Amino acid sequence: MAEPESGTPILAAEHVSLRFGGVRALTDVSFDIRKGEVFSIIGPNGAGKTSMVNCISGRYRPTEGRILFEGQDITRMPPNRRAALGLGRTFQNLALFGHMSVLDNIMVGRHHLLKSGFLRGMAYWLGGAQREELEHRREVEEIIDFLEIQHVRKAQAGTLPYGLRKRVELARAVALRPKLILLDEPMAGMNLEEKEDMARYILDLNREWGMTVLMIEHDMGVVMDISDRVMVLDFGKRIAHGGPAEVLADPHVRRAYLGEEDELVREDAAA
Amino acid sequence: MEWALLVQLLVNGLIVGALYGVVAMSFVLIYKASQVVNFAQGEFLLVGAWACWWLITSQQLPFWLAFPVCLAFMTVFGIVLQVVVLRPLIGEPVISVIMATVGLSIFFQALMKWMFGVFAQPFPAIFGADRIELLGLEVKSVYLLSLGLSAVIMLGFWWFFTFSKHGLAMRATAFDQQVAQSLGVSVPRVFAMSWAISAVVSAVAGVVVGVVSGVSSGLSFYGIKVFPAVILGGLDSIVGAMLGGIIVGVLENLAQYVDSQWLNWGNMINIAPFYALILILLIKPYGLFGTKNIERV
Repeated sequence: MAEPESGTPILAAEHVSLRFGGVRALTDVSFDIRKGEVFSIIGPNGAGKTSMVNCISGRYRPTEGRILFEGQDITRMPPNRRAALGLGRTFQNLALFGHMSVLDNIMVGRHHLLKSGFLRGMAYWLGGAQREELEHRREVEEIIDFLEIQHVRKAQAGTLPYGLRKRVELARAVALRPKLILLDEPMAGMNLEEKEDMARYILDLNREWGMTVLMIEHDMGVVMDISDRVMVLDFGKRIAHGGPAEVLADPHVRRAYLGEEDELVREDAAA
Repeated sequence: MEWALLVQLLVNGLIVGALYGVVAMSFVLIYKASQVVNFAQGEFLLVGAWACWWLITSQQLPFWLAFPVCLAFMTVFGIVLQVVVLRPLIGEPVISVIMATVGLSIFFQALMKWMFGVFAQPFPAIFGADRIELLGLEVKSVYLLSLGLSAVIMLGFWWFFTFSKHGLAMRATAFDQQVAQSLGVSVPRVFAMSWAISAVVSAVAGVVVGVVSGVSSGLSFYGIKVFPAVILGGLDSIVGAMLGGIIVGVLENLAQYVDSQWLNWGNMINIAPFYALILILLIKPYGLFGTKNIERV
């Protein structure tokens, strides 16, 4: 495992609550992610995992609480500014630009890094635009090589098989060069072999590319294998938090997954 | 058969059609980027043409200066319109947004009549030579200018969407706003940019038409002609809009020819595109190049 630099959280959620009318999606959830670790959120369906990721990426605004990224309060910041700060994400249901080529999909991920605007683009040969373009192409090629999608780079994203599309989506998020990457079920619907590949990509991103990873995943085997720390949500509440072995042994987690009623949740229902 | 007349009408159709194509492209640009059906597209031509006319006649600016100043004004105009009128309507029902653009259309019609009167005003002569000979045909030089400008704008659109950072961001936004935002694209900025570009491009068309046949409220009729063009090409296809415009232009001139030679019903030039519109909607409801909405469950 990459050695987490303890004491420097890259992301901190403080008492985050999210309500949609009467529905409580998240209740008073706090956690922090240390720089350089693989952090996973698990929990049964409807536990609020994706809601939490959406609060971090800016799609939802928490009703209460704060979210800090590298010490900066980003709770009210629009999603595109968060991306520029170094927050990248993938989506639970594939969200590629289906009519665009794989290459173009990845180039959109470079949006905030491309400085040349309209005018400098026109003065292609004069300004630094050409140098800049070469630089970007080199990086994009590196990402394509890393995720082994060279053979489909010119293909229309919408025509690719599922497993490949998941990889292209990861490539697009990686192209942002995020410091923290949020992966919402990166292995959903994959077969064993594809899952193993994806796990390897995630570990490489973490160790070799130095990206901190926040992952939501249902496959317990994968989560326990590659995560440094795990948080368990159930009915929008944090019921456990810690290293994989610790979390697995936790009686609350066992109850949540075996479907027994848990006193932590029941007390909420009574309130 | 009068071959000379037929050729003349076909060339006319091509030239006018290219202008329709340009206006249709700017209509589709707004629709694609911000899902607004802009009923005030014709008024963009009107405002642009009057602005340029005013700069030349009452401010005495030469054309080469008045034209860019007019386009700069239209950039601001488009952005202000989007920010002030349409941004607050984001998330409101489609019909409210449509009514707002219909309102804008009526407002600018009236405003232009109030400011500049109800009569058509000719542009002062811009070119030394009124007509030049080309391949045995005598062609008005403004027509050549019009065709050339249309081609340049079309190439410009192609370049913008294929190679520029903002064009790519615009395509991404058209596809999925949430995802585009998560990748660092500012959606409000993309919306404002699409309105600005649309207003500028429409104003170019407006000035060209104004130079050819004078500035009058008749210019806003181009906004109506855009509908058969975009329905023909598909509401969300830029290439389709361009081809749709050219087809409509040629079609109405052909109809004019058929009418003048044999039918003598009158006014076919205005009505034929809408017959075509109805036919297309019957046969291909998504247009020639439009995307079908396939719902997968």
